[in-house]
Amino acid sequence: MGYAIVSKPPLPYPSAAALRRTPFGRFRVNNHEHAAKHGKRKKRLFGSARFNSGHRRSLLGTHPSSPGCLSRRSATHHVSAHPKYPYRLSLFFSRLCWQLPVLMERDDILAYSAAEIGVLFTALTITEGSIWGRPTWGVWWTWDARLTLTAILLLIFVGYLMLRSLVEEENRAASSAAILGIIGFLDIPLIHMSVYWWRTLHQPPSILRPDKAPWENIQWPLLTPLLINVVAFFLFYFYLLSLRFRLGEITEEIKTRRMNRVD
Amino acid sequence: MRILKQTFLLLRKDLLLETRRRESLLTMFFFGTLLLFVFHFSFDLTPERVAEMAPALLWLAFLFTGTLGLAQLFEAERSNHCLDALLLSPMDRGALFLAKVCFNITLMVLVEIVVIPLFWILFNLRSWEVIPLLFLMALLGTIGFCVLGTLLSAVTLKARARELLLPLILFPLMVPVILATIRCMESVLRAGAIGDAAPWLRLLIGFDVIFLTLGVLIFDWVIDV
Repeated sequence: MGYAIVSKPPLPYPSAAALRRTPFGRFRVNNHEHAAKHGKRKKRLFGSARFNSGHRRSLLGTHPSSPGCLSRRSATHHVSAHPKYPYRLSLFFSRLCWQLPVLMERDDILAYSAAEIGVLFTALTITEGSIWGRPTWGVWWTWDARLTLTAILLLIFVGYLMLRSLVEEENRAASSAAILGIIGFLDIPLIHMSVYWWRTLHQPPSILRPDKAPWENIQWPLLTPLLINVVAFFLFYFYLLSLRFRLGEITEEIKTRRMNRVD
Repeated sequence: MRILKQTFLLLRKDLLLETRRRESLLTMFFFGTLLLFVFHFSFDLTPERVAEMAPALLWLAFLFTGTLGLAQLFEAERSNHCLDALLLSPMDRGALFLAKVCFNITLMVLVEIVVIPLFWILFNLRSWEVIPLLFLMALLGTIGFCVLGTLLSAVTLKARARELLLPLILFPLMVPVILATIRCMESVLRAGAIGDAAPWLRLLIGFDVIFLTLGVLIFDWVIDV
């Protein structure tokens, strides 16, 4: 009787290149060699530089003694952090749809990361809006349409994360969460409409108006920091997302290696 | 046509089980009645104020009762691996979804048929003639609730503490149905007709259609084990 020599199949380690890949191309977010060379420049490019400049302008750009100055300054942050900016949701949704039939691990990590950062940004919007609302409207909270909508969005995001954590089997958790995400995404236009019809107190849109150009409606000293902040938050969002995505990938990799070691 | 036949068979199975065990229906009915008493104790309701608050109170009672029913919805299938056996049979999984939705709607409608007149009697309301139209509005809301509720009940099937989790993810998503139903019912109670609540009615019907279609389409993945 001879023994058939069966070589073990190669361990499913992700290749070094795959580990460095983020969903937005080949930004090497956490590669030490690379960070040593280009770390500072990358960091500035991604967020800090623009974020800071928008931040500084939002604090200094308006005349400090003008009435309502504080509230307008914080408004520039508050508006830019709002999760209704569709890229966040659409990214979330497209990944979910893709994830369902194929259920790729990377898409799942991305959807989870997007939801987590969604919670952060939504909570940030509500908090900043509240701080802005106190001097402007005289109340911390009111049942205005957009406020209610944002709060509901936060609850949906939190429900999504809770569902993930309460289903133990991992594949099952991923697909359940994906389905909830799809339902939530289809529901959001309906929630938006219903809450809007219900009541609204918020000022009408200032920038995207058919009858006026943005600069006729808002003065340049305020418009500039607002636009810089929108861009900065946009970049900041993707920066955070790529970091969180990388973290998810590392966690998965550690799990795989541990399992293989037990074998 | 085949899917309808399968739906009918599954619905018959569920109804037969319910008539023999009488668990969900009795619990839901008593809970709904109990809520009316709780409302009476918590609000000081004069006849004029009752007419204003009736839609909200009624719909709250239906929501809570419905959630109670949803938590029990897949219990019969969970025990003894009955769900696996159902999924092994060569049927369309959309039929399973439709059957569960119809079953849930039947239970809630039965509860509503009792609770709405009881509300009128307990709170001395005199506008009996609006009840059929009011019931129709409640039915549209019930369909929306059951469709989304069944879908999410299946999603949370494998979760720990699912009875707690289900309302938590269901209620934020139910906001359009809750708002639209209450506005339609208010309009019916005030004017005796839909009148200015027509956009709300369209929203409600739209919600029902969208999620019923979505449910049939994606239930295959939802229930996949």
